[in-house]
Amino acid sequence: MVLQARYADVPIEEKQRLFDEVKADARFESYLYGCYECGICVAACPSARFYDFSPRKIAQAASREDLPMFYEQLNDDIWNCSQCFSCTRCPRGNNPGGLITIMREVSINNGLTSAKTALEGYGRVVYKIMSTGTQVSPDMLQPNAFPDWGPHVQEISDNLALWRRALPPDTMHTTSTAWYVDDRTLTELYLIWHMTGVLDMIKQVDTGLHMILNDVMEELLEEAGFTPE
Amino acid sequence: MPIPLNVLDTRRDSREERGPAVPPTEDVREQVFELEAKGEWLVQRVPDPWIGVTTKYGRIKKIPVAKTWHHKSCGQCGHIPGYSTAIFWLIRKLGLDYNDPKDQTSCTAWNYYASATSNQGAQAAVAMRNFGAAYESGYFPMIHCGTSYGHYKEVREELVHSAQLRDEVRRICDKLGKPFVMPEEIVHYSEWIYAMRDEFAKRRVLDLSSIDVTVHPACHYHKLVVEDAIYDPDVYGGQRTAVVSAVVTALGANVKDYSTWFDCCGFGFRHILVQRDFTRSFATLRKIDVMREEANPDVVLTHDTGCVTTLDQSQFAARAHKPNVGIPVMSEAQFAALAMGAHPYRVCQLHWHSTEYRPLLEKMGIDWRERWREFEDDLERLKKDDKAFLTWEDADA
Repeated sequence: MVLQARYADVPIEEKQRLFDEVKADARFESYLYGCYECGICVAACPSARFYDFSPRKIAQAASREDLPMFYEQLNDDIWNCSQCFSCTRCPRGNNPGGLITIMREVSINNGLTSAKTALEGYGRVVYKIMSTGTQVSPDMLQPNAFPDWGPHVQEISDNLALWRRALPPDTMHTTSTAWYVDDRTLTELYLIWHMTGVLDMIKQVDTGLHMILNDVMEELLEEAGFTPE
Repeated sequence: MPIPLNVLDTRRDSREERGPAVPPTEDVREQVFELEAKGEWLVQRVPDPWIGVTTKYGRIKKIPVAKTWHHKSCGQCGHIPGYSTAIFWLIRKLGLDYNDPKDQTSCTAWNYYASATSNQGAQAAVAMRNFGAAYESGYFPMIHCGTSYGHYKEVREELVHSAQLRDEVRRICDKLGKPFVMPEEIVHYSEWIYAMRDEFAKRRVLDLSSIDVTVHPACHYHKLVVEDAIYDPDVYGGQRTAVVSAVVTALGANVKDYSTWFDCCGFGFRHILVQRDFTRSFATLRKIDVMREEANPDVVLTHDTGCVTTLDQSQFAARAHKPNVGIPVMSEAQFAALAMGAHPYRVCQLHWHSTEYRPLLEKMGIDWRERWREFEDDLERLKKDDKAFLTWEDADA
């Protein structure tokens, strides 16, 4: 077997282009200082215990600018990372988890198929955070979504509205958001998504979701008199 | 084979008590003030009175006692509501002023670490919008979520080091009509709990001397911008963060050590939502199982949203093939509140937790049957619309 045989059909220029995007990120320089190959990052890495995954190889490929291996990681490895940053224990000060954050962004910006696959089933969460300003909500606790969490999920789901009223803090009497977020604040959040190009990123990986989010945001932005740039 | 725990004693004997004399990292807070002097942004001062605590390399960090603006956590408010409620209850119990805002958004970092459907500019803008809202209120931000805390500290470093990023985010804040302001300190709620632990101990009403506790330090608390986390020579020789462990000791319970304390919980950000086979495996095999084997605790305490969720919810499915699970999990805020007499359901909302916690309550001396009956009465009153919501007065009735 030839090492790095995967994705041999992808032109090296394309691999270089994507690597250059990663390297152009302002954070890249402070995330990578070379690698001793000591393996401390691997020993600390949760994903390395359950996947064919190595933060050491991420740092190695990036520092050697090994384009075939980089491209392979971009497609096959980065979504296995837990983003816990245990790998920052690196004695050289490397941050393989941070490199992966950048690689994931590049993967989304370029609409890679592997990114779309990794985010299958995750669209509802992106919708929730971008449209409501809170990431998870009480009404997400449905037995069909969390069958492995036990029968109490059914109980929570059955009693949700009542149990939320039984919370003393008045910001938490909500079921579709984690806490109450006022409209002005939501409008400001929508403007941030527009002004920083995040909606364009969504378009690259999920056009349907992009359309829905645009519709949801448009009305509130118009009401507030904001015109997204 | 377990890692021999006496290795810590050997290390402690052979090194300086406080680590290197000169901290190996810069103090980014100095640059925060330099940027203020140059007119780049405002700095929101920690309000008086504050408590000084030591961070990893011996620097002093200011923790505000009161006048705090509570940056709530998605997972805590959404799925573990007793976590947030217990934090507020502790503050109220000490009679301190606080603000639970409605103009706060999530830091959105859970989504960022899970899906990368955001970018550096957006993440910094979300952070600075929230900081601006806190500043306008006159209250100082206190961050409930470990990930928000770690992420905001990363954002602070990025903003300090990049004029281009500052310009981008300042332009956004201008458009929103928000002040461009950086807090003097970025404070996690568990740092406040650590700083106030003796006050809690004074108000403790339960004897916890028979309660054994294992502590899971949250990754995004002590692995992101490591130099800003609290360390204390009296806790593990200053070799791991002191938050949570010092609180347990102050409350009179027993901290039990275990070899995989540095491991993450298995949350994984995207894994907990769409790939939980990994999360469950890691949480039970590398954390719960090891704790049971080496420490056999009565409860696992931690100080972050994802860790409580993962370690608690992962144990149910593991019961099908692994009998070595079944350790209740909660935050140190809930545990401290219980120790001070908080209601396990009205305040700590333990009915939202998965793993069996009733034997723990019995061991702590709490009559959970009676407390549940009281809570059921509350629910009946709410059902009949005798009242719209449970109030703080009800919680302490």
